[in-house]
Amino acid sequence: MMPFARKPRVAFFDFACCEGCQLSILELDEKLFDLLAHVEVVAWREVMSEISEEYDIAFCEGSITRQQDIERIKTIRDKAEIVVSLGTCASISCHNALKNKWAMNELLALVYSEYGEHIDTIPARPIADVVNVDYQILGCPVSLPEFETVFKRILTRQAYTPSNQPVCVECKRNDILCVHEKGMVCLGPVTRCGCNAICTAFGDACRGCRGLIDDANLEAPVRALFGEKLHPIMAEVARNNRLTGKEIIARFSLYNNTGRVGKGEESSDGTA
Amino acid sequence: MAQHNSINVHHVTRVEGHGDITAEIKDGILQQLRFSVVEAPRFFEAFLRGHHFNEVIHMSSRVCGICAVSHKCAALKATESALRVKVSRQTKLLRRLAYHGEILSSHILHIYFLAGPDFFGVSSILPLVEREPDMVRRAMRLKKLGYDLSALVVGRHTHPIAMTVGGFTFTLEVAHLAEMQDRVTQGLEDLRDTVRTLRKIELPHLERETEYVSLTHPNRYAFYDGEILSSDRDESVSRDKYREVIKEYVVDYSTAKYARWNRPEYMTGALARFNNNYDQLTDGAKTAADELGLPHPCHKPFMITIAQLVECIHCLEDAGKILQTLLVLGIQPDTEHTKIKDRAGTGVGAVEAPRGILFHEYQYDDRGKCLSANMVIPTAQNLANLEADMRAFAPTIAHESAETITHLLEMLVRAYDPCISCSTHVIHRR
Repeated sequence: MMPFARKPRVAFFDFACCEGCQLSILELDEKLFDLLAHVEVVAWREVMSEISEEYDIAFCEGSITRQQDIERIKTIRDKAEIVVSLGTCASISCHNALKNKWAMNELLALVYSEYGEHIDTIPARPIADVVNVDYQILGCPVSLPEFETVFKRILTRQAYTPSNQPVCVECKRNDILCVHEKGMVCLGPVTRCGCNAICTAFGDACRGCRGLIDDANLEAPVRALFGEKLHPIMAEVARNNRLTGKEIIARFSLYNNTGRVGKGEESSDGTA
Repeated sequence: MAQHNSINVHHVTRVEGHGDITAEIKDGILQQLRFSVVEAPRFFEAFLRGHHFNEVIHMSSRVCGICAVSHKCAALKATESALRVKVSRQTKLLRRLAYHGEILSSHILHIYFLAGPDFFGVSSILPLVEREPDMVRRAMRLKKLGYDLSALVVGRHTHPIAMTVGGFTFTLEVAHLAEMQDRVTQGLEDLRDTVRTLRKIELPHLERETEYVSLTHPNRYAFYDGEILSSDRDESVSRDKYREVIKEYVVDYSTAKYARWNRPEYMTGALARFNNNYDQLTDGAKTAADELGLPHPCHKPFMITIAQLVECIHCLEDAGKILQTLLVLGIQPDTEHTKIKDRAGTGVGAVEAPRGILFHEYQYDDRGKCLSANMVIPTAQNLANLEADMRAFAPTIAHESAETITHLLEMLVRAYDPCISCSTHVIHRR
């Protein structure tokens, strides 16, 4: 790949999400202006009025949840040389995919009763399920040091692969008491790191917002709940918390609903 | 000369979420006008069902990245009410501190980044980086202060971590409180400079008295707690009765629901709070209102942005007081949240999000699993009022060019600081 001949034109786009990843980027403060000095921002609906149809790098936030989103992301893909999925909604669907356990017509009837007919909604999916994505930034919301790293990698034409270590690595490095020791269910052992274990640092458990590591030993925590001692700490935590198989699947499904976990195991009324 | 203007704005820029404006003006007469919410629905109220309250709390802030603390507080209060959990004074003080941080960062984002560019004749804050570097740096400092104030207490603003049912999972160090006090003092200086900047700007003229709805509290300017008050009524109403007073309805051109109470429309948000609870503002905030030419009461929707600035001063002055109280009391490690037991119940939480009154309601079964969820968010409540304002405003600007009319209508939409990304989650099932 050739370096950029001139300042690359950057666009930000949003699909179904809370827009918190874009907002988090604003928290870079003065550093944001340092980064933006190397590019030309040509479209960012949340902060600017003019919208250019020509851009080199597209940061896309949010999940694909409507027929019209598919057309839109394909257009963006055609125009941009580089497409970045920004955040967990764009990368692995986040909570948005939790609606996929219903048939869409049932879901609309449930939420909008008789007014749902004109609403366009399709099962939620990550951007990468529709178009080829060049860079992926995980996190709900994205972690700023990682965003900065990826931004620089893009500008210097280097690839970026999210870490394949579990959150436990960062948690231990930060000398935080293991959440399992506190008797809570934590998804850190199977979740991709890169967040610097911020949730466990503030006393919560990891809920898996950065997605599963490759070849995560999912069987261990899930089977542990049914009494097979494959993962003794989690088995004990699950027993102490009186969790059933369905309940542990509900834990995993917050962020990892498009993966293997729990697929086809939901009850028909949608209560996982 | 016969003049026919069609206004069509696809996805209004510099607002949170997606909304379209359409208007037809013929010979100076407004034929038709709509503000349509075209955001993709996300179905939170459906998919929260079946999840344990700890997961519901975690997911609740993901409704909106900008009002993350408000949504989490509304969910916490609803859940604590359902589970009959009482929280400590320290917990309330800490939550109010995180809350002030959110109000500040959200209002500053609106004042400088979303509405502000219109005041300075630019299309975004980016050209101001070179033209007005001091002002942009001030905006960034204030926004960061709001963020850091929330982060001090809950780990980060989007999405808050340490707030949980019954209290906090993290014990904050007293030394950090003192550091924050210094920054609050500096922040107030920056806000006074902001007052000097905004005093000079000229806003479009529109005056239309309407019904103003907010929370109200006997002891303080209500953000985190209170009962529901309408400017049309003398008595406030308990939050548990929100379904009895606030009536939602659906229109066919929007994916969000509309709301009414005593009139066909009402306003909620900074100006409604200012009108309903003016007496409880801090002295500094009242002085700023005078300097900014914001009378009490005020019926000019373009002044919402000014009322937000007044609230920023209130929030930082009050945050200073809370920090002082916590410094005197010290911070006790909190273990109450570890003792919460599952139980069946229904609860309503009401808070004042940056854009207005926000309700969450949850029903849980005896294993703490969510049976039903409902959220009524501020922007949906404001939609009918925004349209009524647009209908009142359009004839007064009908002689202008289509471009100017479009710009002014967009400015009016922006004045409301709509946060559309969450406005489609409204549902009524029962």
